[in-house]
Amino acid sequence: MTLPARKIPDSRRPPVALHDRAMDNLKYIRDTMEASASFTHVSGIGGVMMGLITFVAAFAAGQADGPDPWVTIWLAAAALGLTTATVSMFLKSRAAGVPLLSGPGWKFAWTVSPPLFVGALLTIVFIQAGLIELLPGSWLLLYGAGVVTGGSYSVRPVPLMGALFMLLGATALFTPPAWGDAFMAAGFGGLHIVFGVVIWRNHGG
Amino acid sequence: MAAKHSAATKRDSRTATPALKGIGGQASTAEALELDRLIHERVRLGIVSALAVNGSLTFTDLKDLLGATDGNLSAHARKLEDAEYVTCTKSFDGRTPKTEYSLTDRGRSELERYLDHMEAIIRTTRDA
Repeated sequence: MTLPARKIPDSRRPPVALHDRAMDNLKYIRDTMEASASFTHVSGIGGVMMGLITFVAAFAAGQADGPDPWVTIWLAAAALGLTTATVSMFLKSRAAGVPLLSGPGWKFAWTVSPPLFVGALLTIVFIQAGLIELLPGSWLLLYGAGVVTGGSYSVRPVPLMGALFMLLGATALFTPPAWGDAFMAAGFGGLHIVFGVVIWRNHGG
Repeated sequence: MAAKHSAATKRDSRTATPALKGIGGQASTAEALELDRLIHERVRLGIVSALAVNGSLTFTDLKDLLGATDGNLSAHARKLEDAEYVTCTKSFDGRTPKTEYSLTDRGRSELERYLDHMEAIIRTTRDA
């Protein structure tokens, strides 16, 4: 049997051009700078504060007498939590001398926003349809989706936290509605505090 | 961050690095060899680049960012430290040891020189 002839590597082939190597090096420097900037965006301290806000909200929601006050409490907690997260990210990036909305900052914001927008829209729909028992699961699931996608531009604990949020949300959708506050406390409270401490200690605040 | 980098890359570098003057459009490996070998290595270039846009970064941050092993990152960081391109601060956060790196003035100017060099190579070969 005759084996097919192997092509002999062309020794006259020119080496990689200096120009290409230089371009590649500059791209590597730019990519590294952009990727490293994402470290400054997610604040562990902010996460802990959001967790504490959630615990207070979960306690208050448990005392609420009716769906309207219950929804109001959680929406107020969500607004306060989002404000806390934004301010803490701004303070952390300012302390590092890095603009909050640089390349990775925009990517983070754009990837987090769609699931949060869907969450806001579904909240209105579910309230109008009288399906508020679906809210805890939906909120956890969509917030988790946003954190997973946005977290791809951040340190490793962030997308992991998002995945756990999604897991809790999915579970909440298939369990008795009465457990809703407990799932909210475990997710928005517990996960935020645990991962907030991890980010705070390992990733600069 | 992007602004800083943009400033670095858009810097008017019409004045070529001395090493590249007189190339006359023929970039050869001789010029490449004149690069700062210390920074040219990928992991070390990554460390210096990341520190250039952050006040300081922890060992864990750098390890996650560069996808390097503990030993690899440690060895490269040590070389940069020995050359006084970076400083290393060891402390305890509670009971957890914490190692933080930051860029020195020398490290920053060497990175700028390296960027100048890369830009000069691109410009010279493009004009050739």
